[in-house]
Amino acid sequence: MHFGKLARMVSSDTATAPAPAAIVHPRWVRITHWINAAATIVMIGSGWEIYNASPLFGFTFPKSITLGGWLAGALLWHFAAMWVLAVNGLIYVVLGFVTGRFRRRLWPIRPSEVLADTRAALTFSLAHDNLSIYNSVQRLLYAAVIVAGVVIVLSGLAMWKPVQLQELAALFGGYDAARYVHFFAMAAIVGFLAIHIVLAIAVPRSLRAIITGR
Amino acid sequence: MARIRRPIPGVDKSLLIKDAAKLLPDPARRAFLRGGAGLGALTFLTGCDIVDGVSAEKVLRKISHFNDGAQAWLFNPNKLAQTYPESAITRQFPFNAYYPESDAPEVDAATFQLEVGGLIGNKEPWTLERLYALPQETQVTKLICVEGWSAIGKWTGVRLSEFLRRLGADTTAKYVWFQCAEGYSVTIDMPTALHPQTQLSFKFGDEILPRKYGFPIKCRMPTKLGFKNPKYVIGMHVTNKDLGGYWEDQGYNWFSGL
Repeated sequence: MHFGKLARMVSSDTATAPAPAAIVHPRWVRITHWINAAATIVMIGSGWEIYNASPLFGFTFPKSITLGGWLAGALLWHFAAMWVLAVNGLIYVVLGFVTGRFRRRLWPIRPSEVLADTRAALTFSLAHDNLSIYNSVQRLLYAAVIVAGVVIVLSGLAMWKPVQLQELAALFGGYDAARYVHFFAMAAIVGFLAIHIVLAIAVPRSLRAIITGR
Repeated sequence: MARIRRPIPGVDKSLLIKDAAKLLPDPARRAFLRGGAGLGALTFLTGCDIVDGVSAEKVLRKISHFNDGAQAWLFNPNKLAQTYPESAITRQFPFNAYYPESDAPEVDAATFQLEVGGLIGNKEPWTLERLYALPQETQVTKLICVEGWSAIGKWTGVRLSEFLRRLGADTTAKYVWFQCAEGYSVTIDMPTALHPQTQLSFKFGDEILPRKYGFPIKCRMPTKLGFKNPKYVIGMHVTNKDLGGYWEDQGYNWFSGL
């Protein structure tokens, strides 16, 4: 990416000049969000087909919701989309720290506030007046899914290269344990997605903001 | 796909024909993108039409080829796979193939000779007696299957690098191709062939390699997925041409390094 363009995209997050309507999500967030969404769907669908070849638990995923048709096809999808997921994810995490977005949006996370906001959310009394200010539950869930994303990429690398990256694999307790870590990170992300998508539909302004920025 | 054109000593011909029939790719398996509703849902969500399976497969195979390069670049010829104590060996080590165990090839020890060819100095075939006289070492390593499961086994045999040296092989060549009794084949990269843990195995556990695990020869390489470790090896070629392999030709990643 051209540096000047990148700098403009990044600066739009930190700009203080008054805009016609406040920017909720700068362009780099929107671009990385949708690339991540597509890559994640491919990774999960193909990952389920790969899981089915040697299930860790007493169930398999229905063929109708997996991607790739058979193991080799699923592996081709998985090992293609992994580059998109990892490179896009790296750009997102680096920019999240560099621009200060993570610090402003996701910090601090206080247990007492999380409890209070969870209670408010469950009674449908949580305010969404300003989409730029995340409540404590949002902060916790967004931070947690970023961590799950890092864990799923690292455990995936450990499973892909348990000899060349054996130090990394050892961090997860070896190849076989890394499979479980990878599975539970997937489960966490799928759980997040379920809530994320339901809430995006419940608060349509948030869906508009992640597409148009405002 | 490798075809065997002349009778090979020690190979049951009728079994060979039976297995050759299985080499025809299963149309269901070849239907890469017939993901049913899974694909439908993806098409719905993304709004794009990716049902054009042929072009999607082409792109995916290109990326898989790129991944071969990435893995070759990541491969450290001096990095050893973890070894385990004998107590860690998997009891009931699985039999795994594209055919049931009862169809595993039966190679006659008395008439068997390992055919060697390609870019090597001495093309004289090897009897088991001569192979067994080679310097041997033992490894207890983990076999990781492309399906995800793993099992720890103990293999004994000659380092492939040592065997290649004795053949007077051109180790600047790119590939080593293995031909197996049932029609299976696999091509590996030379750096993996020369890796210190890559072994022509003659024994499994403390016994001569049983039919179940690939008699007479398995090429064990703990730096690659299980399907890249050929069993029932009857021929070996050093070559600069990628001759493919049984699973690789159907879409599994070629390098498949660990």
